[in-house]
Amino acid sequence: MKSLAELKAIKEKMQGQVGIRNHDEAHTRVVVGMATCGIAAGARPVLQTIATLVQEKNLSGKVEVTQTGCIGLCQYEPIVEVFTPDGEKVTYIKMDEGKAREIVDKHLVRGVIVSEYTVGASDLNK
Amino acid sequence: MFRSHVLICGGTGCTSSGCKPVMDAMKSEISKAGLEKEVHVVQTGCFGLCALGPIMIVYPEGSFYSMVKVADVPEIVSEHLLKGRVVERLLYHETVSHEGVKSLNDTGFYKKQLRVALRNCGVINPELIDEYIGTDGYQALGKCLTEMTPEEVIKVVLDSGLRGRGGGGFPTGRKWDLARKLVPDADQKYVCCNADEGDPGAFMDRSVLEGDPHVIIEAMAIAGYAIGANKGYVYVRAEYPIAIKRLDIAIGQARNYGLLGKNIFESGFDFDLEIRLGAGAFVCGEETALMTSIEGNRGEPTPRPPFPAEKGLWRKPTILNNVETYANIPQIILKGADWFSSMGTEKSKGTKVFALGGKINNTGLVEVPMGTTLRDVVYEIGGGIPHGKKFKAAQTGGPSGGCIPTEHLDIPIDYDNLIAIGSMMGSGGLIVMDEDNCMVDIAKFFLEFTVDESCGKCTPCRIGTRRLFEILEKITSGNGTMEDINKLEELCAYICDNSLCGLGQTAPNPVKSTLRYFRDEYIAHVKEKKCPAGVCEDLLTYRIIPDSCKGCTLCARVCPVNAISGDVKAIHVIDPAKCIKCNACVEKCKFNAIIRE
Repeated sequence: MKSLAELKAIKEKMQGQVGIRNHDEAHTRVVVGMATCGIAAGARPVLQTIATLVQEKNLSGKVEVTQTGCIGLCQYEPIVEVFTPDGEKVTYIKMDEGKAREIVDKHLVRGVIVSEYTVGASDLNK
Repeated sequence: MFRSHVLICGGTGCTSSGCKPVMDAMKSEISKAGLEKEVHVVQTGCFGLCALGPIMIVYPEGSFYSMVKVADVPEIVSEHLLKGRVVERLLYHETVSHEGVKSLNDTGFYKKQLRVALRNCGVINPELIDEYIGTDGYQALGKCLTEMTPEEVIKVVLDSGLRGRGGGGFPTGRKWDLARKLVPDADQKYVCCNADEGDPGAFMDRSVLEGDPHVIIEAMAIAGYAIGANKGYVYVRAEYPIAIKRLDIAIGQARNYGLLGKNIFESGFDFDLEIRLGAGAFVCGEETALMTSIEGNRGEPTPRPPFPAEKGLWRKPTILNNVETYANIPQIILKGADWFSSMGTEKSKGTKVFALGGKINNTGLVEVPMGTTLRDVVYEIGGGIPHGKKFKAAQTGGPSGGCIPTEHLDIPIDYDNLIAIGSMMGSGGLIVMDEDNCMVDIAKFFLEFTVDESCGKCTPCRIGTRRLFEILEKITSGNGTMEDINKLEELCAYICDNSLCGLGQTAPNPVKSTLRYFRDEYIAHVKEKKCPAGVCEDLLTYRIIPDSCKGCTLCARVCPVNAISGDVKAIHVIDPAKCIKCNACVEKCKFNAIIRE
């Protein structure tokens, strides 16, 4: 290594990985339902996609990706819930890898809720 | 990319409580569950709570599992890592309350801590340079070499108010400034690191080297740039094998990255480091003895002046700083002198690491801002005294320090306050004693240590400490006189004034401070021939309380010298002439009928 730029490149690459160990209550929490129902419906690739993207986009200092058990809406799994530090919660249902990508790009990066995937937009409320 | 990180402590404490098999089991369970690509297992340095090892933290949840056994690992993998259900029964009990799981930072042990020197310990893998760089590593070195002059670096360190963490408390910036200026035409200078941690009960330097070795390399390179040295030595005791191994790996990685070697960051600055192993002599923590030992000679001190800043290693200008001092440097450079001096008290800035040991619940490593009270350290962070016993005193500064009694529990801990009450900061060992500790015995323990460790070069230390020890032995065996107590005091003053180096000058401190605060215990040993704490064997007698004895014969059967007589269902009696005070009968008696006094 001969320059500060190279040092900076390593730092940025590593920050996403090490940032996960910075446990802070002010995080946005992304919770993926990983009970039997969730796993059966394909929650693991969804979780993996979100976790990977969060690190790639250097969001791991601000966003915590974690699993949870059965939320109770088994037929709508995979379910992803996003809790923001202000106490708001958004519940996304019937997720897949593509939708997960969209949520990271729109909701986590730009703060725009992808309303068509939320539980509120589904048949459930009709 | 990993969605979860499992951090397992690989410090010396957790290694001895069995973290290695836990680590292996975790890796094999994870691969069995097919989670290798999702869960990252990291071996880190010390988390501080050594009493509860092996320790494991799972992120992103930050779940803190304590005393993890190999048998617990499959449950953690299948429940927590696969399904996201935290295994509550294994959580550190302080993090579990009726309101649910608390963050680790809200527990008594961590709440009042502020981690600067230990910031990466228990967070990064010390054997991977990239993880250190990911937490701002080597940024400070980059900043110094590309943006700052050596004078500016020294000014920041000076303004920060950082003082030597090895015990003396000399301002680090002044030391660097002297080494830069004192010999302007020096052809060679050296930077040394004192990792010869010798105080019984102190292990902060070991933990920094084990948990964050790169911070020492970075700080020593910065020091080299500041004073104009291109060569450094880390003097570490050979009985720290994990620390040596990780430092060795770290130096190799830094060389590969060009962070040690020639023309670092194309600034024209060269710097390289070597490790020197010490054989574990306490005197080699003294700076002149340490440097003599690096040169390959027998570790004996030499008179000062000349100070190392003028004539140190191989008679060249040298600075020697302690591990913990160096661990603060990169943060000071990056965050500024004002940030550092905003922590602590008027004359003692920043934080201090203490190794808590002795009669305390949370044995381990803690870092608090200077000025924190001993009460907070012992009761809030340390979790108090086990078995509801009463606090008697805390020994700081090891064999060179003194004890702090109950009446000074609320004194803010800093360099000057500790000296004012007859103790000293020392390297940060903090040994807690309760009502069952005899203070004369404690003084004797430390004196025995210094008698052993005295290098023998000067008479006051070699013979004086031996005589001190003998008088203490006389007192604890019940043969002391009041004259002996006066002699102790006279001898203490003589040794302090006349010894060549710090070892001898401070060796009488444990005697002086116990005499100052616990003189009544000395007098009880001498006049009443009693040890109030019930420690000094020669002064104890064992007696059976007739009212409590049921005549079960257990004591008589366990006594190795047949000193107890009595028939079944009749009251037993101990023959003091035969009794060897082995305590076996007390441990065996189910009715608390045997007392020692």
